[in-house]
Amino acid sequence: MFTSVDDVSARLAETGYLASPAVATTVFLAARLGKPLLVEGPAGVGKTELAKAVARVADARLVRLQCYEGVDESRALYEWNHAKQLLRISAGRDENWDETRTDIFSEEFLLPRPLLTAIRGDEPTVLLIDETDKADVEMEGLLLEVLSDFQITVPELGTVTATRRPFVVLTSNAGRELSEALRRRCLFLHIGFPEEELERRIVRLKVPGLPEALAESVVRVVGALRAMDLRKAPSVAETVDWARTLLALGADTLDETVVRDSLGVILKHQDDIQKAAAKLDLDAL
Amino acid sequence: MTDPAERITGLVGALRAHGVRIGTGETVDAARAAEALGLADRELLREGLAATLLHGPAQRAVFDPVFDLYFPRGVGAPDAGPADRESLRDRLAEALAADDRALMAQLAAQAVDGLGGYGSSPGSDGWSAYQTLERLRPGTLLARVRADVRAGAGAGGDFADRLLDDEIRRRIEEFRRLVGAEARRRVAERRGRDEIARRGVRPTADRVDFLFAGRDQLAELRRAVQPLARKLATRLAARRRRAARGTVDLRRTLRSSLSTGGVPMRPVLRRRRPVRPELVLLCDVSGSVAGFSDFTMLLVQALHDQFSKVRVFAFVNRLDEVTGLLGHGRADPEGLGARIREEATLTGWHGSSDYGMALGEFTERYGAAVGPRTTVFVLGDARTNRSDPNLPAVREIARRARRVYWLNPEPAGQWGTGDSAAPAYADLVEMHECRTARQLGELVGRLLPV
Repeated sequence: MFTSVDDVSARLAETGYLASPAVATTVFLAARLGKPLLVEGPAGVGKTELAKAVARVADARLVRLQCYEGVDESRALYEWNHAKQLLRISAGRDENWDETRTDIFSEEFLLPRPLLTAIRGDEPTVLLIDETDKADVEMEGLLLEVLSDFQITVPELGTVTATRRPFVVLTSNAGRELSEALRRRCLFLHIGFPEEELERRIVRLKVPGLPEALAESVVRVVGALRAMDLRKAPSVAETVDWARTLLALGADTLDETVVRDSLGVILKHQDDIQKAAAKLDLDAL
Repeated sequence: MTDPAERITGLVGALRAHGVRIGTGETVDAARAAEALGLADRELLREGLAATLLHGPAQRAVFDPVFDLYFPRGVGAPDAGPADRESLRDRLAEALAADDRALMAQLAAQAVDGLGGYGSSPGSDGWSAYQTLERLRPGTLLARVRADVRAGAGAGGDFADRLLDDEIRRRIEEFRRLVGAEARRRVAERRGRDEIARRGVRPTADRVDFLFAGRDQLAELRRAVQPLARKLATRLAARRRRAARGTVDLRRTLRSSLSTGGVPMRPVLRRRRPVRPELVLLCDVSGSVAGFSDFTMLLVQALHDQFSKVRVFAFVNRLDEVTGLLGHGRADPEGLGARIREEATLTGWHGSSDYGMALGEFTERYGAAVGPRTTVFVLGDARTNRSDPNLPAVREIARRARRVYWLNPEPAGQWGTGDSAAPAYADLVEMHECRTARQLGELVGRLLPV
């Protein structure tokens, strides 16, 4: 899929995803070793984006399983199309039971869900299992077979094995501790907040009209806010939002008034805003 | 250079010694990763090995220094040779102003080489990061670097410039870290990597001994509270869900089977009434064990919604209720200990802890807080300063409560030495050694009632 780590960063950059060396290295290894990639990190640092970018680069289709509390086998793996099965049974009234029974559990009546879809396809596939920590513990058990052997067992049909291994990305906000067994099957990547230089490039890429000097100030202020131990530290998504806001406000430089008025774009809790204002010496808020 | 496979297994061994669980499969993956990436680019290799060997972000703090030992930047003294203190300071100021990481690393190597060496006999000499930093004093460069940056930027006056001081401080902190890594590397060359990797690298926050944790480690521990609480809460919730399913209720099953002619088609399960446990915490907050108590209180507070009622009492030699100070969302972890000592009456006419007095006061004044649904945790080292341990009070608490557990931050081997009344208390209530956040998490998860 990729020839080298530099190749990964270059091609990801073409699609508009600027990867840190850690991200590029891990993506390269995941492709080379054929292992799933577990990406953890705070919200808004580009975990889901990474999967999408890899899909674009590899010219693969993206199959996405969005996890939520209560997501189960029939949502993740496959389901039998009961309505169609009933129709089939009532259409063939004069058959004997054996013929009917073997028939209605065949490919035709199977509704593949994301995991089975990703396993079965012949074309290159990126399988994104988003927000894995939101799913129940039982779900992890289901994932184990898929992630270690890239196969799914359907009791009536037998085991379906992938002919072409999908590139698997799991994301998690660490809302729940994932099991050791799941972690062992994956390469682990923690995407934190980017280095100043990288974040500047990201801002410049996403908000093209922004003056260079302003972009630099924005990134520096956000960096300072992150060092402040707030309830919700601003992430890259918020930096970009803030840069857009400043552009829309027509600000050329950061000054006290502008920062004070737009702090709500990057900080989402009132006590965070107050704390930050105090630390940054902004006057009455 | 020795065989890469050997280095990787050495690295894995050192990480395991620090409590990072790594299986053989992961080691093999790491070797395959090293093969795919090549050994030429050290930073790529670092990321690749981290991705294959680690399972969580907290382990990174141990991984990086250990990696630096097994895959060092270079061997022996730096090429540039020793430099004198003044020229080093000049160049460091430049590097800090430009935020040039590569140059900073190079200067750290030279600084350790030139300023950090001690001893003269081959058996005892080495390199000290402390001595290097003491002589170089990078912290005093702040004003100079600030002036340099301001001059370089031209007029300035931008809003972001008021952040400059903090930014420079962070860069200096980074330089200190580089010096530490370099000194470890040089020492490791002389004394053997494996030993230094096991002993010279700080353990992860959850394995730091409560009694010996420094200030920044305590801060790190406090930050660990939220994730740990979340982990425990999931585990407790799962346990509760399983327990709620209950057993078959025979009477009701037979009753409902009347409609099917006495054939029990559908078993009726006994439904349990969900009872959330009550919790009482008795915390010794005297200086010697304060870190441990603080951390435990924060943890319990974060687990708040798992209990119907939590009451927290703090004592040194007098006891007072501090539940109010821990109110949900109120607690600011930094100042918690200080606030407790300020607002609650904890000391009488001397400042050292007295378990007998405090426990006696508890049974007298707050005895009603303990009932048949209450689990009591006593937190402290059971060092009574030679006063009466007041065993009847403990017996009384144990009689009233559902369960009593005593968590002791001292190693079990030291119980009973000196003025410790631990064995006497341990006869009456279950006592557990609880020295690190990891142990505490395991204990709380195991001991808490469903």
